Amino acid sequence: MSTMVKVGMADLKVVSHPDALTTLGLGSCVGICLYDATTKVTGMAHIMLPSSKAIRKNENVAKFADTAIVELIDQMEKLGARKSRFVAKIAGGAQMFSFTSQNDSMKIGERNAEAVREILKNMGIPIKADDTGGNFGRTIEFYSENGKLIIKTAGKGIKEI
Amino acid sequence: MGFEFDNMNNTIILDVLREIGNIGAGNAATSLAKMIDKKIDMKVPVVKLLDFDQVPELLGGPENVVCGIFFKIEGDMTGSIMFVLDQKSAFNLVDLLMPRENADFDEFTVSALKEIGNILAGSYISSLSGLTNLKIKISIPALSIDMAGAILSVPAIHFGQLSDNVMIIQNEFIEVLEAKSVDGYFFLIPDLDSYEILLGSLGVTL
Repeated sequence: MSTMVKVGMADLKVVSHPDALTTLGLGSCVGICLYDATTKVTGMAHIMLPSSKAIRKNENVAKFADTAIVELIDQMEKLGARKSRFVAKIAGGAQMFSFTSQNDSMKIGERNAEAVREILKNMGIPIKADDTGGNFGRTIEFYSENGKLIIKTAGKGIKEI
Repeated sequence: MGFEFDNMNNTIILDVLREIGNIGAGNAATSLAKMIDKKIDMKVPVVKLLDFDQVPELLGGPENVVCGIFFKIEGDMTGSIMFVLDQKSAFNLVDLLMPRENADFDEFTVSALKEIGNILAGSYISSLSGLTNLKIKISIPALSIDMAGAILSVPAIHFGQLSDNVMIIQNEFIEVLEAKSVDGYFFLIPDLDSYEILLGSLGVTL
């Protein structure tokens, strides 16, 4: 029996085969999914902000892209996964409301996605699939069986990446 | 930054924000009653701090489709204000203004919601302006109909820079004659550097 484990906002979880991970209603946040195909160890983080550096209240490592990715790798390695085998899939980073005159605070989704890409690149983890941007919410499901990521939307259908 | 959001539970600051919520919501209800020319009852607004994960539960869970109407606040203080309704409340609100044939977010419904949102958020902000003597106004509305989790990620991320909580102002308006109820949620989201301006203008020193 496989279990679908829920990842909340500013939360991260790691599972082994045959379990799967899901996070519901991603908006400007980004869902980061890491997978080791050899051990089938699977991790997911639901981050809200790009960096913990300029934020004083930063105890929750799962809230920030920089600290969440480090923690996710650490927890997955404890379950026997190897970072050198990791591949990543990312989704989210939408801009739910748009205005003609944009300021930076409105583009947080884009900045989140950009930060995640940059950090994964620095970590040497290839991004196999990237479904970010747009102006709509996403629910994602990530399967340890094969590293498949299912993306569901309200009114824009379901797809697999 | 001298402002600690998470310590607010025990301080005067939450009371001040609660009072702003009460007065703002009262004005919004009065404006709504004038606009539809019907008597509107309002329950005392509930102002509370919630964990990130609790917020979408108020609106039927993170995947439930809701309507969010978002405005930027401009002037002496900056930030944003968002009004969120579940589908039933959104349709009830538009029906109060003008009964519709189909329960769908068609073009008429969307533009009516923008206009009602504009009036509610506008009266909220004008009472905030009156209380604080700050010159502030709201932008044109932006509207999104999508999963509650996705829409609420917008205030959650803003508050997330300060806190692991989100401040939410819950309002219930009831149209007396037809007993149609509208449950709406306001999120008042000052930019980080505007908390001091807002609270300072009310005589709260940080």
